[in-house]
Amino acid sequence: MSQDLVAAPSGAAPARVRGLSLWYGTFRALDRVTLDVAPGEILSMIGPSGCGKSTLLRCFNRMNEQSYVRMEGDLEVAGYDVMSRSTDSLALRRDVGMVFQRPNPLPISIRENVLFGLRLHAPKTPRSVAEGMMESALQQVALWELVKDKLDRDAESLSLEARQKLCIARLLPLKPKVLLFDEPCSALDPDGTAAVEELMDEMRGTFTQVVVTHNMQQARRVSDRCVFMLMGELVEVAPTAELFTHPKDERTAKYIEGRYG
Amino acid sequence: MDAPAPLAHTPLATRHRDQRLAELALATATAMAALPALAIVGFIIWKGAPALSWAFFTEMPVSGMTKGGIAPAIVGTLWMVGVSLLFSVPVGILAGIYLSEYAGNSRFARVVDLAIVNLAGVPSIVHALFGLGAFVLFLDFGTSILSAGLTLGVMTLPVIITSTKAALQSVPHPFRVACWNLGITRWQTIWHVVLPNALPGILTGVILQVSRAAGETAPVLFTGAAFYLPMFPTTVWDQTMTLSMHVFALVTQVPNVPENMKYGTALVLLGVVLCFNSFAIALRFYLRRRRKW
Repeated sequence: MSQDLVAAPSGAAPARVRGLSLWYGTFRALDRVTLDVAPGEILSMIGPSGCGKSTLLRCFNRMNEQSYVRMEGDLEVAGYDVMSRSTDSLALRRDVGMVFQRPNPLPISIRENVLFGLRLHAPKTPRSVAEGMMESALQQVALWELVKDKLDRDAESLSLEARQKLCIARLLPLKPKVLLFDEPCSALDPDGTAAVEELMDEMRGTFTQVVVTHNMQQARRVSDRCVFMLMGELVEVAPTAELFTHPKDERTAKYIEGRYG
Repeated sequence: MDAPAPLAHTPLATRHRDQRLAELALATATAMAALPALAIVGFIIWKGAPALSWAFFTEMPVSGMTKGGIAPAIVGTLWMVGVSLLFSVPVGILAGIYLSEYAGNSRFARVVDLAIVNLAGVPSIVHALFGLGAFVLFLDFGTSILSAGLTLGVMTLPVIITSTKAALQSVPHPFRVACWNLGITRWQTIWHVVLPNALPGILTGVILQVSRAAGETAPVLFTGAAFYLPMFPTTVWDQTMTLSMHVFALVTQVPNVPENMKYGTALVLLGVVLCFNSFAIALRFYLRRRRKW
């Protein structure tokens, strides 16, 4: 790797949130959220629409950097002080990648999609090294067998499920530490959803994964720990099985019973 | 509860009749728009084609422009268009990128936007006066290809900026998000993803302005176009004849010009403009086919 890809300070928690509040204009979307994400775990965040779970996720790699957003509190992700002006967004996002609701591959070939980040971060990477990284990234997302003979085809020619996997694969050559998933399966059919969930399961331990989902069953299936949020507030965080069977907070209990949301 | 009153349906025959009337009105309006265009082209070809010959394209005008060819006007037009493009394409595209990708929706951006839209509506004769004042006199470029080309450039700038901006904004936003999320800078995103995908739209805008620059008379009238100058320009400091100016001169200023020479010159001007436009259409078609979303 080139000198540009200096590792972030290591040893720290993948994410450490302390009293984080966020306002969209005058609307308070996050209310003093405190949370620790453990290395290698899959943490899910659930809650009704507008509860702030996506907002929180987006803070992790500064994807809501609009002028009307105001934040307070402490946030450390992958060793970066996200709240500090001196932290470079480019480095933060290289180490903390996000997968979006709708697969958004770039309008270039499958190969170029996987290598796009690497090309621009480390353009002098030898071709053979890059090819190797592309293959292992595609292997890791279980796409290699499907696409190895058509790497130069447009990414748009793939199915939705394969495109979403491609969007995960393109983060991997940058050696991210944390992967963020923002409703990664809501555009996919049940088979696609199962495939992506299986993938997340296989990456458990390799990466720290934080997944926002609307689908409680998904949270239950994939995550080690689960966060329940409501109106910008973190109501409860617990091991997933425990949160779903013995919620401590009444609001959590009502939500998982399907009484609202 | 009472039974609801039966609905009063419009008779089907009436609705079918209205449908036919609407179709007729739309088709008639389209024909009224298309016919004059075809008539103009047809008339100019009919009147002007007899004047066309190899000599007409390659020779200098002689005998007070009543005989000979229009070679310097053709070459002069290309010079002027070339100079105007050298100015307006880089400036216009860069400004369009700034407005689309960086300026956001600030008050400043909106004011600039409004100014540009209004600038696009300024009559060409006003651009000509501006060019005379700014380039010919103030910057002391004299009446020259440079002054005229820059005047044409300023005139075409607003449309190039606007069409560049529109082309960039038609590139789906998720592409940008995908790049930013990989830790890629805004400029890298623009250069590697947004710009290549916006190219067809940008080029179309540019080339349509090329044909406008080639065809306008007023902006070059007192900034660099010569009435009669039977030689090819050699530097941008020269004056030159242009096709649009030549048509104007032959039709209104010179006695005893054979009719077919006037129409022949107009036909060549039309041909040049149509060439640029067909090139634009072909290019757009080619690039669109390669576009991948």
